[in-house]
Amino acid sequence: MSEHVDTLTHDDHASHEHHGATGILNWLTTTDHKIIGMSYTITSVVMMLIGGALAEVIRIQLTTPTGSLVTFSQYNQLFTMHGSVMIYLFAGPFAFGALANIIVPLQIGAPDMAFPRLNALSYWLYLTGSLTMLAGFFTTGGAANFGWVGYAPMTDSVNAPGVGTDLWIGALLLTGFSAIFTGVNLVATIYYLRAPGMTLFRMPIFTWNLLVTAILILLAFPVLTAGLIMLFCDRHFSTHIYTVVGGGSPVLWQNIFWFWGHPEVYILALPFFGMVTEIIPVFSRKPVFGYKGMIFATLSIAALSLGVWAHHMFTTGVVLLPFFSIMSLLIAVPTGIKIFNWIGTMWGGQIWFSTAMLMSIGFVITFLIGGLTGIYLASPPLDFFTHDTYFVVAHFHSVVMALVLGAMAGLYYWAPKMTGYLLDERLGKIQFWLLFIGTQVFTFPQYIVGLNGMPRRMALYPNSPEWQTLNVWSSIGALMIGISTLVFAINCFYSWKRTPAGDNPWDAHTLEWFTTSPPPHHNYYRLPKIRSERPTWDYNHPDKPALVHGHNHDGESS
Amino acid sequence: MKNEGRILLGLGLFFLIMFGFYWPLSHEQSGSTMMFFAVLLGFLPGGYYYWWSRRMKPRPEDSDDADMAESAGFIESFPGSSIFPFTLGMGAWMSVMAMIFGIWLAIPALSLIVWALLGATAEARRGGHH
Repeated sequence: MSEHVDTLTHDDHASHEHHGATGILNWLTTTDHKIIGMSYTITSVVMMLIGGALAEVIRIQLTTPTGSLVTFSQYNQLFTMHGSVMIYLFAGPFAFGALANIIVPLQIGAPDMAFPRLNALSYWLYLTGSLTMLAGFFTTGGAANFGWVGYAPMTDSVNAPGVGTDLWIGALLLTGFSAIFTGVNLVATIYYLRAPGMTLFRMPIFTWNLLVTAILILLAFPVLTAGLIMLFCDRHFSTHIYTVVGGGSPVLWQNIFWFWGHPEVYILALPFFGMVTEIIPVFSRKPVFGYKGMIFATLSIAALSLGVWAHHMFTTGVVLLPFFSIMSLLIAVPTGIKIFNWIGTMWGGQIWFSTAMLMSIGFVITFLIGGLTGIYLASPPLDFFTHDTYFVVAHFHSVVMALVLGAMAGLYYWAPKMTGYLLDERLGKIQFWLLFIGTQVFTFPQYIVGLNGMPRRMALYPNSPEWQTLNVWSSIGALMIGISTLVFAINCFYSWKRTPAGDNPWDAHTLEWFTTSPPPHHNYYRLPKIRSERPTWDYNHPDKPALVHGHNHDGESS
Repeated sequence: MKNEGRILLGLGLFFLIMFGFYWPLSHEQSGSTMMFFAVLLGFLPGGYYYWWSRRMKPRPEDSDDADMAESAGFIESFPGSSIFPFTLGMGAWMSVMAMIFGIWLAIPALSLIVWALLGATAEARRGGHH
């Protein structure tokens, strides 16, 4: 079997262990993508816990029409910071900073990210940005309170005089630069540090999706950063970019924000699509169905996502409705291809219902619900009817809760590679059922109460007590999600150094499962020959190698 | 290298087509501007990659039947550890704090940034620290 292996000769560092600082000094000075990725993972999961705690307070407040748990001002801060923490500090950094940082260099056989020091800088900007945003709670005026989208004129110096708003802007500048640097790093790594034979069309789908995500980051995040700097000038230097008074335009903020904000939705989603596309073939014992179709679907989603931003602004009356409606509806096509391919991968496979696989199936179902309701919202007449109601809230919570299921799938799948130890499957399955059922119990009443007319961002609904039953159900769902998160935390402590995983516990396909768990400094002692998009599978099963994709000359297809 | 260029060129082309519909139909300035720069962000690096790909030999990672030995050689650009990303990050964070809490904070912020830039440059010239 050894003739299939080439010893990795080109990296002198890989052949000996790393001797450096230990403990906190190691954490402060590390440039190792695996340690930075673990820091990202832990920080972003802590942010998820904080954002989730804020959400539970919101849900308790809404269990009665005249809830008195929090004041109006506190409620505004709660929903603003819940959205901001979850989108800016959990979902994004988890998607492109945490697992991507660890797994992408491993999947392409690279010793590290292309710019290891820039990678460390990204993490420090993310950490300080997160702490800066949360510090708003401890200022006299309280945290930001204008919704996570920060629409003008609610953010100007008259309506939001507090320093909490400035901290929110500063935090987004820091995390925005962090994201841009990560984007640069991912593109450079994937373009320049692939192992010999790892052509673009042999890269795992997860790496492909991170490449496209990184390109989207480079297109979208600078726009947000520029918009925030202009907002800061409006607040402190008396410019009038977003105010009608001085000849500016409040809708300009909405255009700028959503030109970032809608690609951001796909920046969040594509990495999780990638994770699920890695997991479903492994646990179905089949290669992925439609490898190239998946890649072109990813690229079309990315391209279309730049042309749909104003579907968040249909009711402003100043956007080109047919253009944005058609573009938004078109996105359903590549997304549909993906869902078709996931089902096609499972079809006829020997399915192993591990926790990672269950979470992935839960992801596909929940994302399908969120996606289908998104198609309704892409139609302007339906959007006029449901705009700013709980129907919209339910739509995007279906989508983001699908991403949470995807995140958990990724953690259960790759935790053995990251730590060397398996997470407990029994606790994992309890977590899955709580999380999956909780998500549906949480969102379905919101769809109905939204169609009944309940607006979002309301602390009280004393004139419509008939909405209470549905809200109580939604709160029960939120509680189930909260308990599932506790089960996950318990599982992390319970499984710590309990069951050693070995190099390849799932008999998986891609390159990261070829190295040790956890991988050594600079990742690989040796690499197999890369002749398909499943190099580790080819090495472990020489009798039934994968079909050869990605060859660019005739006569080689098998 | 060709496919890497093609991805970016393809995205740029798609944005150009969108721009061709969007600007004449809407005459909306901000979105059209951003879309136009998205076109450039596809074409400039994409064109550069494609231009280079026609002038260089295919790399081992672009070839279907490459062996590991084909990329043999010493890779020197991976620092084992460095304090300067942390220093620069703290400097950047304090610059933001200076915007919010008072311009005097810019003095420690800029000191940290200058120290980090000089230190990181010196470290890179020494060939990194393992």
